[in-house]
Amino acid sequence: MENLVLQALSGLASASSLFLVASGLTVIFGVSRVVNFAHGSFYMLGAYLAYTLVTHLPRGHLGFWGGVIGAAVLVGLIGLAVEMLLLRRIYRAPELFQLLATFGVVLIVQELTQMIWGAQDLLGPRAPGLRGSAEILGLRFPLYELFLIGVGPVVLGLLVLLFRRTRWGTLVRAATQDREMVGALGVNQRMLFTSVFFLGSLLAGLGGALQLPRESVNLHMDLSIITEAFVVVVVGGLGSLTGAALAALLIGELHAFGILIVPKITLVLVFLVMALVLVVRPHGLLGKPEAAARGGQGSAEPVIGPAPAALRWLALAALGLAVVVPPFLGDYAISVLTELATAVLFAASLHLIMGPGGMASFGHAAYFGLGAYGAALAAQWLGAPMLAGLALAPLAAGVFGLVFGYFCVRLSGVYAAMLTLAFAQIAWSVAFQWVEVTGGDNGILGVWPDAWAAPKLVFYYLALALCLGATLLLRRVVHAPFGYALRAQRDSALRAEAIGIDAFRIRWLGFALAAAAAGIAGGLFAYGKGSVFPTYMGIPRSVDALLMVLLGGVQTLSGPIIGALAFTGLQEQLVRLTDLWRLILGAVIVLLVLFFPQGLAGATRARWEARHGDA
Amino acid sequence: MLSVAGLSAYYGRAHILDDVALDVGAGEVVVLLGRNGAGKSTTMKAIMGLVPPAAGRVRFAGAEIAGREPFEIARLGLGYVPEERRIFTELSVLENLEVGRRPPTAGLRPWTPERLFALFPSLGAMQDRPGGRMSGGEQQMLTIARTLMGNPRLILLDEPSEGLAPVVIERMAEAIRALKSEGLSILLSEQNLHFAQLVSDRATIIEKGRIRWSGSMPQLLAADDVREQYLSV
Repeated sequence: MENLVLQALSGLASASSLFLVASGLTVIFGVSRVVNFAHGSFYMLGAYLAYTLVTHLPRGHLGFWGGVIGAAVLVGLIGLAVEMLLLRRIYRAPELFQLLATFGVVLIVQELTQMIWGAQDLLGPRAPGLRGSAEILGLRFPLYELFLIGVGPVVLGLLVLLFRRTRWGTLVRAATQDREMVGALGVNQRMLFTSVFFLGSLLAGLGGALQLPRESVNLHMDLSIITEAFVVVVVGGLGSLTGAALAALLIGELHAFGILIVPKITLVLVFLVMALVLVVRPHGLLGKPEAAARGGQGSAEPVIGPAPAALRWLALAALGLAVVVPPFLGDYAISVLTELATAVLFAASLHLIMGPGGMASFGHAAYFGLGAYGAALAAQWLGAPMLAGLALAPLAAGVFGLVFGYFCVRLSGVYAAMLTLAFAQIAWSVAFQWVEVTGGDNGILGVWPDAWAAPKLVFYYLALALCLGATLLLRRVVHAPFGYALRAQRDSALRAEAIGIDAFRIRWLGFALAAAAAGIAGGLFAYGKGSVFPTYMGIPRSVDALLMVLLGGVQTLSGPIIGALAFTGLQEQLVRLTDLWRLILGAVIVLLVLFFPQGLAGATRARWEARHGDA
Repeated sequence: MLSVAGLSAYYGRAHILDDVALDVGAGEVVVLLGRNGAGKSTTMKAIMGLVPPAAGRVRFAGAEIAGREPFEIARLGLGYVPEERRIFTELSVLENLEVGRRPPTAGLRPWTPERLFALFPSLGAMQDRPGGRMSGGEQQMLTIARTLMGNPRLILLDEPSEGLAPVVIERMAEAIRALKSEGLSILLSEQNLHFAQLVSDRATIIEKGRIRWSGSMPQLLAADDVREQYLSV
């Protein structure tokens, strides 16, 4: 019994920390509608800056608390700079672009943090005056944890006062609903957004700085906190402070007790709760339906036509090269080409969801990974031959696509993106934590092709044929009646339904089809590498797919193909040439979003049309 | 006070306004008349900077404002009352007024919530009610009051009579005449000729994005052919 009380208390302390971070995220989202991936990076920076300040300032109360507050303010200023330099320019861009741009910031901050503070974990001093522990029901409980339990409600109270009782808070709440109108009443929205961003970042920095006496400061803090903060914000309802507080409590306690009851599936548990909440309440516990944010004039999607002759010849020439050249290449180059082929299919499958489907997916790697694991598990446990494994891959991915998609395609915008992310994280957690079956972090090794396909060149041709075939099939689908229906429901679900299209079913099937196609890519990738790991389903791989699609351009069919080739090639070169690949990749993402929002293929097409007249 | 010349605007590729010109003098109420989709709302949005004008001049109180941002234009003393009202539904009546509050303008009596409640008594009875739980007529009054809190010299009043019951329209007309007597200039857009003639000094008729006729209110009432051609449904 006493143990349970202590467990509940430590759950409260985690909830409190989580709330600090999540409140900043939700406040920023409320006004700017930007889902800020870099929020976790601000949290991490808060911890690192607090470490430096506290260890350099004189010891004692002033040094410690001054360092914590100083770190929070510094992080607020960093957030301010990010808003002014980057986000301010992309408030009207589609959500996924914003998400991606802030992910670019994540990469840049990771690299810079490692450059400044090094890769090893740092241990900060404990808080003066709160070093001991209190006796509760005969058991000892750290004083600092008790202090943290108090911080959450105090911050919540202050924020509520700020938003309810000050002119600034009133303006922010008004802008949350209708920023354009607030502007027409003479309020400088830019200043308002920047100040909100300062506050939100400051809260993240404070959350990070307060972790200093609790845990070591390390380079993984950013992504681990941001996924949890996303969960809290989405479960609570985007933009709702009270909702975030409730959800933080829920998740904090879930963690505390989940560890006692089912230690193996704590990760799954959190995302399961999120998925459950979103299925029952599509806008979170206290969220409201997303008002179509005013101010952004939605532009019509360009019509997709068949490829012009020049493009066909170009594609044919590229295919010719892909067939003729490899016999003259070394094994390494051939494996890279095999990887490129799977990347093209992976990107093309995500593009079906995003482009013609008009849906958001932030967890497409799940289906790539499910295909890979489907093939690998069949080989490992059933001794299935390669072709059977490759047949199983799209089946496994497709079935899960049907199940997950059934829930995801009901939601829209950020909520849909977050639910796809949640399902992907569930899949990842199972692969990571169900060690007996999946090998956990060590993955499954020895997934090699059958003897006839063992030579790299043969396997390459197999991969090329399958990936190309599937990619062309996806292309064909877009031009088939099913594709018309898919695009019709994207442009207007209501009007599509009025002419007899079952928008839900079309979206659902499209989602599952894309999942199955990603599964083929995953299966081939597994046999090509000879192994599978949980990272195949991780967030970074989902981001890779998004990058390929956005780099190429969402609104053209050649986009994902060009994007996949450009991205995989670029990454290959960067990793080989420099240690700073994350920094460069992050910068490339940010520049891409700022200057090439249409992507490479989109920009090329715009030029082509300018020269040759509207196609 | 407000002088628009050669104003053009586009939505995407659609040409919505073509060479629009109109003037509002100090203390004057001018009505922009036209049927649905004629370009009345777009004219107001273009003046306010909410739709970027593609060409043309907009002069207000001695300054060129075409191409400026809406908040800068508002700060010069131009108030905008949108047709869709756009009340902040989560905010109370008083909070809605607070969002609109700006410093006093020289030469005009500053607006306070108390003065506005005297002008629109029904608002005074529901100061703490959320904007989302008000009737259409009450919301229309609140949106005008909210803009007045900015102490504008001129307000753009976009179809204030739309969707209101006749008795509410009468009260709205009284309020507008009271504002005019305070020295406020008003550019009103309307389809309802009856309401327009209750309050306006002059009229300008717009059709398919072009100005077709301008003159005084008595001239318009005498010109049966003009009304027949541009305003009858």
